[in-house]
Amino acid sequence: MGKARSAARGRASAAPAGPWGGRARPNPNPFEVKVNRQKFQVLGRKTRHDVGLPGVSRARALQKRTQTLLKEYKERDKSSVFRDKRFGEYNSSISPEEKMMKRFALEQQRQHEKKSIYNLNEDEELTHYGQSLADIEKHNDIVDSDSDAEDQGVLSAELTATHFGGGGGPLPGKAAQQPGGGEEPPKSRRELIEELIARSKQEKRERQAQREDALELTEKLDQDWKEIQALLARKTPKSETGGGKEKPEPDAYDMMVRELGFEMKAQPSNRMKTEEELAREEQARLRRLEAERLRRMLGREEDAHSKRLKHLSADDLNDGFVLDTDDRRLLSYKDGKMNVEEEPSGDASGGESGEEEEEGEGWSEGGPEDSDSPDGHSDLESDAGSEDARGPDSPDGLESDAESEVTSERPQRGPCPSPGERLTRDDRAAARAELPYTFAVPESFEELKSLLLGKSTEDQLLVVERIQKCNHPSLAVGNKAKLEKLFGFLLEYIGDLAASDPPELCVIDKLVVPLYNLCQMFPESASDAVKFVLRDAMHEMEGTVETTGRAAFPGLDVLIYLKIAGMLFPTSDFWHPVITPALLCLSQLLTKCPVQSLQDVVKGLFVCCVFLDYVSLSQRFIPELINFLAGILHMAIPNKQSQGYTLVHPFRAHGKNSELLLVSDEEDMATWQRRSLPLQWAGSLKAQSKTEANHTRLSCLAVCLALVRRCVVAYGPLPSFHDITQPLRALLTEYLSARCCPAALQELSRSILTEMESQPRHCRPLVCEKSKPVPLKLFTPRLVKVLEFGRKQGSTKEEQERRRLIHKHKREFKGAVREIRKDNQFLARMRLSEIMERDAERKRKVKQLFNSLATQEGEWKALKRKKLKK
Amino acid sequence: MRATARLSCPARRDDGESGRDVSGAPGGGATGLVCSAWGGGMEGDAGPGGARRALGHLVEAVLASRGEANAVFDILAVLQSEDQEEIQEAVHACSRLFGALLARGELFVGPLPSEEMVLTGSRGATRKYKVWMRHRYQSCCNRLGELLAHPSFQVKELALSTLMKFVQLEGEHPLEQPKWEGNYLFPHQLFRLVVGGLLSPEEDRSLLLSQFREYLEHDDIRYHTMQAASDTVARATDGRPEVPLAFWNNAFMLLSSVSLPRQEGTLSSFYVKHTELSDKWKVVHLKEHRKAFQQMWLRFLKHQLPLRVCKKVLVIMHDSILPHLVQPSLMIDFLTRAYDIGGAVSLLALNGLFILIHKHNLEYPDFYRKLYGLLDPSVFHVKYRARFFHLADLFLSSSHLPAYLVAAFAKRLARLALTAPPEALLMVLPFICNLLRRHPACRVLMHRPRGPELDADPYDPTEEDPAQSRALESSLWELQALQQHYHPEVSKAASAINQALSVPEVSIAPLLEVTAFEIFERDLKKKGPESVPLEFIPARGLLGRREDLCAQLFTLS
Repeated sequence: MGKARSAARGRASAAPAGPWGGRARPNPNPFEVKVNRQKFQVLGRKTRHDVGLPGVSRARALQKRTQTLLKEYKERDKSSVFRDKRFGEYNSSISPEEKMMKRFALEQQRQHEKKSIYNLNEDEELTHYGQSLADIEKHNDIVDSDSDAEDQGVLSAELTATHFGGGGGPLPGKAAQQPGGGEEPPKSRRELIEELIARSKQEKRERQAQREDALELTEKLDQDWKEIQALLARKTPKSETGGGKEKPEPDAYDMMVRELGFEMKAQPSNRMKTEEELAREEQARLRRLEAERLRRMLGREEDAHSKRLKHLSADDLNDGFVLDTDDRRLLSYKDGKMNVEEEPSGDASGGESGEEEEEGEGWSEGGPEDSDSPDGHSDLESDAGSEDARGPDSPDGLESDAESEVTSERPQRGPCPSPGERLTRDDRAAARAELPYTFAVPESFEELKSLLLGKSTEDQLLVVERIQKCNHPSLAVGNKAKLEKLFGFLLEYIGDLAASDPPELCVIDKLVVPLYNLCQMFPESASDAVKFVLRDAMHEMEGTVETTGRAAFPGLDVLIYLKIAGMLFPTSDFWHPVITPALLCLSQLLTKCPVQSLQDVVKGLFVCCVFLDYVSLSQRFIPELINFLAGILHMAIPNKQSQGYTLVHPFRAHGKNSELLLVSDEEDMATWQRRSLPLQWAGSLKAQSKTEANHTRLSCLAVCLALVRRCVVAYGPLPSFHDITQPLRALLTEYLSARCCPAALQELSRSILTEMESQPRHCRPLVCEKSKPVPLKLFTPRLVKVLEFGRKQGSTKEEQERRRLIHKHKREFKGAVREIRKDNQFLARMRLSEIMERDAERKRKVKQLFNSLATQEGEWKALKRKKLKK
Repeated sequence: MRATARLSCPARRDDGESGRDVSGAPGGGATGLVCSAWGGGMEGDAGPGGARRALGHLVEAVLASRGEANAVFDILAVLQSEDQEEIQEAVHACSRLFGALLARGELFVGPLPSEEMVLTGSRGATRKYKVWMRHRYQSCCNRLGELLAHPSFQVKELALSTLMKFVQLEGEHPLEQPKWEGNYLFPHQLFRLVVGGLLSPEEDRSLLLSQFREYLEHDDIRYHTMQAASDTVARATDGRPEVPLAFWNNAFMLLSSVSLPRQEGTLSSFYVKHTELSDKWKVVHLKEHRKAFQQMWLRFLKHQLPLRVCKKVLVIMHDSILPHLVQPSLMIDFLTRAYDIGGAVSLLALNGLFILIHKHNLEYPDFYRKLYGLLDPSVFHVKYRARFFHLADLFLSSSHLPAYLVAAFAKRLARLALTAPPEALLMVLPFICNLLRRHPACRVLMHRPRGPELDADPYDPTEEDPAQSRALESSLWELQALQQHYHPEVSKAASAINQALSVPEVSIAPLLEVTAFEIFERDLKKKGPESVPLEFIPARGLLGRREDLCAQLFTLS
């Protein structure tokens, strides 16, 4: 029954997929069609069983059963089975030709069965002219080897004999008999073969002899060479003695070759650059630096350009994904012709180089100016009678010395020293013979101070320079850290010099150069040192400001530090780690320190100067500066009405210092001459006579007015320029109306006033920049599984799978049971029909028997009647 | 050996010398007496240790028997000494002696009769002794009051603590008869002496006052201090055309150190120990304290105070005066007067006025106009900048203000910002932006498309009335100028008006107290992304290149 069940199952699964589908029929008999009417149309539901063909399917099932079940039933008591294994014998889909091909292929395959699965090369043998390639290779190998050449020869001879000789064994005995027996001119095949063999043997022997000769010759040659070598190189005896036991010493020749290989070769290098090229390179560097400076001044980020996207596509998801720049060239046409790609650099570079040349001229014009300015100072110095003729040269010479040292690691700066300067070097060297040539880097400020103090300016410079030279970072490992410290010490030393009385400004002036060089070498530590100094100064001020709300002007050293900071670092940057705090420091000096003496005025004006120098390139606005200048001007005005301006914090409209700069003496005014303010006064202002004091006042005033003028020029383009300078204007007009100043100052202030008035008053209403519309955010749709109604929900996948299987199993089980039932019915029907058939047969036979018996009886009775009648 | 003789017969001594001693004059007799006492007591060991021992002996003797009472004179005489150490010893001795006497009740209780009368009268010897001793106590207290002005701070402090100890003891053992059962008694006389000593017109007593502050923790002392101080302050200008500044400072110091408890509660921490507190006493009610407090301040503020003191009062006004007054509106007079002074004082008065307007329904005409008038360049430089802008922010936070007013304020502040230091700019720029955010009608100040180009700013800075200033027709060009400010953060803050302002306001509270030094420190600590950029033009000398201003205007020598 199990068998039947499995068969039935197979049938059940096969039945729907069978080739005779009800719908597949072209025109079904309408009487056979059974329609399953649906009550509701459900959208999205597939209907599979709307039309059924019960008659057809029943007939199909019956047919299937007769083919399978009935057969089994009929063969139920038979044990032997006939199985036809011919390929595709019962497969009707294959054409007979194909069938035959396949059968042949199978046959071939069976023959070529591999003997071993590990043997990869076996399946096919490659041949050349019918000979196996593998055999050929083997044969060659054998021929090459010397050792078994003879055996091989013998073997091959025999083989050839057997092969070519045909059936009869060509034994030596027979062979010997034959030559002796018959010497017929036409040689028999056998003789030919013998000859062949003999010849080949001969050849082989000759070859061997030749090879031995060659060997002997080479050995002899080696020997000879060794003898000659002994003559060539002297070191052979050593090698002979050592060579016996140890491994052979490397050959002298080898050594020589190696040596030559390792020897420094002259590398092909770039040619020396000409002066012009150097100048152009320098220019290019400067231009690059300037561009860099401009970028920092405007406060742009370094990679702002590269990061900014030019265009946002409508499909941009705003997810930061950027397609790489598409640099494919688009095909374009111009005047009917295709635009052939031409390098755009040609023109541009030409233009640029033109510019470069122009700028180069500009720069080279600027160069001499720059270079002669220190000369000017040193001239002054020599006038003062400090040194002899070598005075003027010294700063430049020293600088060049220092630079020639420094240039080894950084790109060349500045022009090379002229030969004239070099000549004087000897003299100087002679003059400074007493200074030691090497210095250790001082470990503390005191050490440096003791080194430098008491020496002349030039000696100090020389000492610093030598310290720098002897401890160049490339010479030893720790030198870098030492020199970094040296910057801090030098700065401190400068502060010390500035704080001394009188301040040694000339020394500072010279020391600035090594300071700058050190700063270029170690920017980080230099900035830290300057920051430290500034912080110190500010802390000091903060203390007094917190307690009293004001602070005295700091000493000259702080001002010098601020000035130096401006020379070491670029002042025009939008933000700079050193300069921004320094700016704040300057601002504090101007707002927190009340002006109480002439010295304070000088200091304040110097601070203003430094401040304006800081912003000279960036043209930034400093409110404190305007306030301060207004305050200073206020001090110079007699009987103030104080109209149109208000003074802010450190200044007071009335008070003991409100007339500090007032000059009332007519005579002093007349004798005054305009000159620059000595910076020394900021350090220590000596007690002066009344006239001198008055002159100082006027000088201060002149400086103040010059600064005002500078401000007016610088801030002219600012939108509310007139509101900014309004207090200054009021003060100047008042000052002019007071008529108590020298003509020069009057002239100056009048020109400032006219310049102020000449600035255009443009008041364009402000308009905000249009902000870009924020692109709509587009997202890929998120797919969420929709839970269908009716499905078992809230279970895991495994659970669902299990349920599905259970359900399937149930259905299958039901189907199987139904099939089995139908099988049984079928079988019962079959059995019944068999029984019926048998019964009918029997009945027929019985009837036949009765029939025959009846005829017999009838015949017998007829005979009997006949007999009776008779 | 005169002292020993006197000690042996107190009655005779009383007859002879009492008058002079009671008057407390440091006469020759007294000093002579001291010398003799020293000479007799301790010839061998001079010095503080010896002095302490000698005084100790004397105190022991007086306390041991009434017969030795004359030794009090010796002790009092040492109190008059010039030497600081000796005085300290004497004060200690007095403290011990009279402390013990007060505790024992050996001083006369009741209104003190004059010494002569008692001594000549024929009462009992005990009563005579008590009256006499009370007189000595009196003179001792007077002397201690004088010592509050002693140049040495240690002496002052000691005198103060001794007096306060007496106050405590006298409170526990009152020297006057209670008028009825449970009558609250406090040594007013003595305490007034202390307060009077503290409020000296001659010199600054701030150190002593800070010592005194710890007694003010006690409720009763505080109450009586307020009473005594209000009396003293009220009588300050009596008969004097000009009161020295020191007095006002001292008075302010004392008054400001009085701080009432915020919550209504039982006042129970008393300096003078009482066995039980009665509900009928004024001193236990906070309301009475408040009355006294109010009276004290009103009497103080009634005077024409120096500006500095006035500022100090105004600084603490909103926090520690106004909340404790029974009737805060009484301060209106003072505040309006201060508000009219102008300058920093007005700024400070603003805070008190604000509380009165806000909490006590004060109607102040033209308040905004006056506030507008307060804005002058100095507001960015005064010490009270943070407080002023905090209040200004409060006043201008109402969304019901007219647009012209807000525009006028914004424009005025922007104009003033042209003279402000960076720390103030960092605060005032967001402040202006906040104003514009609150009042969308004022955004024309920063965004006026298709506006006509003008020749001059229509805003009139000299106009006092914000309504007439035509600020709404103007634009904030000042902020545009400040975009060129040298400090990067200021520049960034000013650039905010280039774009349409974001909706949420920027809180200016953290910006109010920023000082330049904080900004400086912040800038120093800030690390740049790149390495430190360097100047590429090589330095040649201290004054820089020729075109630099420094080189043009200054020379080295």
